[in-house]
Amino acid sequence: MIEIDNLTKIYGDTHAVDAVTMRAETGSITVIVGTSGSGKTTLLRMINRLEEPTSGEVRINGEPTHVEKPHLLRRRIGYAIQGHGLFPHHTVARNIAAVPLLLGWKKQKIRDRVDELLSLFSMEPAAFRDRYPAELSGGQQQRVGVARALASRPELLLMDEPFGALDPIIRAQAQDDLRRIQQRLGSTIMLVTHDMEEAIRLGDKVAVMDGGRLVQHAAPAEIIAAPATDFVRDMVGDVERPLRLLSLIPLVELIEDGPADGDALPADASLRDALSACLWTGRSAVPVTREGIVVGRVTFEAIRNRAELHA
Amino acid sequence: MAALLSPFMTIAANRIVAGESVMAWHVASPAETLPGVAAVVLGLLFGIPSGRQDLRLCGALLGLCGILWLLMQGAPALLDSAAGDYARVSPAMGFWCLLLILTLMMADALTQMAPGPIARAGLLAAVLCSLALILWSGALAPLSILQEYAGRRAQFADAVLRHLALAFGSLATAAVIGFPLGIVCYRRAQLRGSVLPVLSLLQTIPSLAMFGLMIPILGWVGDNMPGAQAIGIAGIGFAPAFLALVLYSLLPVVGNTVAGLASAPAAARDAARGMGMTPTQRLLRIELPLGLPVILTGLRIVLVQNIGLAVIAGLIGGGGLGTFVFQGLNQTATDLILLGALPTVALALTSAIVMDILVELAQPIPKDSP
Amino acid sequence: MNVGLILRPLLVLLLLALVLRPEWFTPIFAPLAPPGAPTIYARSSLLSLSLSHLGLVAAATFAATIVAVSLAIFVTRPAGAAFKPLSRTIANMGQTFPPVAVLALAVPALGFGSGPTLVALFLYGLLPIFENSVTALTTLPPATMDAARGIGLNRWQRLLRVELPLAFPVMLTGIRLSVVIALGTATIGSTVAARTLGEVIIAGLLTNNTAFVLQGGLIVGLFAVLIYDALIQLETFLARRTGA
Repeated sequence: MIEIDNLTKIYGDTHAVDAVTMRAETGSITVIVGTSGSGKTTLLRMINRLEEPTSGEVRINGEPTHVEKPHLLRRRIGYAIQGHGLFPHHTVARNIAAVPLLLGWKKQKIRDRVDELLSLFSMEPAAFRDRYPAELSGGQQQRVGVARALASRPELLLMDEPFGALDPIIRAQAQDDLRRIQQRLGSTIMLVTHDMEEAIRLGDKVAVMDGGRLVQHAAPAEIIAAPATDFVRDMVGDVERPLRLLSLIPLVELIEDGPADGDALPADASLRDALSACLWTGRSAVPVTREGIVVGRVTFEAIRNRAELHA
Repeated sequence: MAALLSPFMTIAANRIVAGESVMAWHVASPAETLPGVAAVVLGLLFGIPSGRQDLRLCGALLGLCGILWLLMQGAPALLDSAAGDYARVSPAMGFWCLLLILTLMMADALTQMAPGPIARAGLLAAVLCSLALILWSGALAPLSILQEYAGRRAQFADAVLRHLALAFGSLATAAVIGFPLGIVCYRRAQLRGSVLPVLSLLQTIPSLAMFGLMIPILGWVGDNMPGAQAIGIAGIGFAPAFLALVLYSLLPVVGNTVAGLASAPAAARDAARGMGMTPTQRLLRIELPLGLPVILTGLRIVLVQNIGLAVIAGLIGGGGLGTFVFQGLNQTATDLILLGALPTVALALTSAIVMDILVELAQPIPKDSP
Repeated sequence: MNVGLILRPLLVLLLLALVLRPEWFTPIFAPLAPPGAPTIYARSSLLSLSLSHLGLVAAATFAATIVAVSLAIFVTRPAGAAFKPLSRTIANMGQTFPPVAVLALAVPALGFGSGPTLVALFLYGLLPIFENSVTALTTLPPATMDAARGIGLNRWQRLLRVELPLAFPVMLTGIRLSVVIALGTATIGSTVAARTLGEVIIAGLLTNNTAFVLQGGLIVGLFAVLIYDALIQLETFLARRTGA
């Protein structure tokens, strides 16, 4: 568990981060979202002490971070940033091995770990191990960057706009990969982004920052349904709020018996997908399948009623 | 082509007076000059098509062989034909122009062919070896410049050694001072802001003035500091020249060290810090390897610059090849000037090529990886 | 830079005094002169030496700038593109020739006097200006160049209104390098009998008169530092104006 307690950073007269207190459970993804200058990156960088807090403290599993030497602390915390920050003169394998090398792991153990991570990120180890970062595509570079951050099995992974430099299609793919890998490894992740869509998609919890203050810290559905301030409402985007909310709810919740025509949707698709299908093909209901077998339908009516309920 | 039509060599009654010109095909008997002239013409013809770089390289080499052949044939033949024991033969305008054109042709062809560092080093070694062989064989000994050399064998060896000591010694000293200074400047922007401008002002001071200003300063140190004279610090001679060269070298060393270290991408530096590397680890694993080519480029600048500037040491009694240049200027003896200037140019060119090869070998990211 | 604000006028005054009223400095230089020798260089006026020195540098740099910039424009046009690699090779090789050697080698060809010095200054001055101009003209922001084409400027208009103004600060850096080298090489030019301030230093070296050496060294050094500084200020000013 990560506890952030009254953490403050003052530069000159400005409170870059102003008395932020929050907790993140082990094995969860917390997304810190805000506009530029909201203090979200400073908050993240105070966790691994790339910035020293003016006051307040951070505890990882109950242990305060300020008692340890900063560089030793950072070796326990994964760190992935926008534009990947790979070392251009090291091969992919050596990049991923950076922290294990610092920790003095045995050669064979490092080699196994590198191959394991490459496979996990769907990159054939034999093909990629000895390449240089400049020879990879943007998406591949970014995956290697995240793999490097995970290499030593850190207790916590900090990510600063990790997908910022990717184009939309590759970004969506990278987000899905991250979610999949996080669930598989059970990692604890804190991720900074300015993109509310990304926050809602990835976060178990979303922390909205504004002017150095934490204005709301809640599950995505609650952020959408009950924005704490006008700022959060703006971030979510008033017009798209219902759609964003529907995108968080799986079809399973509204399955009912009855006939429906046309193409079916899988049960783990979202209500947003179903709504879209209804509108596009002029149907009032879509069939729902589970493992290829039709198990019922979701009606336009039911979706409308569900949206009215908010969260 | 016009160069071939201008005088190839001159012959003079002694080392001071102006000589009379001789055309390329007259330097020796027609049978002896023909192969040379033919090789030059053929070589130049090869150089005309711009597409085939290998052909141009061959042409340049062929042409160079041609002018060397002409020189080797011409020198003894002309000397025999001339009256008087003090007669001197030297290459003239035509030779120098052809040499320049053919060398440029070769350099251009090589630039376009872009051979790897090993191939370049091999080529350089081959050229230097053949040059040494020709000089050692004595085929060119009748030439005036080599007659000047023959008269000062020991002095020449001394001067070359002194010249190298000045150039490389000051380089090493500047590196020992400059690297740490560069690293500190890189870390501290404030220090960098005051050190670099001062160093560039130092670099601005004209060389002769700098060498001159060292004289009173070191003279004072030599007279007033106990023991300073014992280790050779005095107003005139090696010490002021050496110190002036070190001062000139500091800017390229410090400046390029800072620039080299800063050339690591900002994101990579941030990532290195974020994953828990100590400042020393970041320096050794990230910043130095990535900056090495830029740092070596600084050393290249210093080396080439110092080999040239060390000539001026000749004016303040610091020795080196400059001694011959300035003696030659005083006596209006062209060949003596050349005896000082040509080896200097050759040294500078060779060091530049060698350093370029080193810079390429220091590239941290292999170019031809799969 | 408050230091600069005070230091600059002081150095200018010092330089003017050294050139115009050298006798003021007799008490300072006297201990350095050998007994019985003159303390202050009087064989010719320091002012005329300075003017001749600066004149040589200015003439050589002016000519070098015109030729080098024209050549740079030529090799960056489609018509001259074929000569670009060759010209770069020449510039690279040329810069490894030591200035002193260029000067010494010009003497056999041109004799003594200001002639060889001028030629050496000109030839050596070409290289940095040419190199910087080519770099500047080939690294202009592509978006700007596209926009210039897009709004319908023809080649000449693009060159005169967009390319040259944008490239000018970098060209100026080349000119500054060239001026600094020229000032230094001109000093050595007095060894081949050019009338420059180097004469004072050489005279001092030949007669073991450290007073002359120091006097000449100070004047030349101050000229170089002040001219360098002035050109830097100009560059900073221009760079700020073009927002680079």
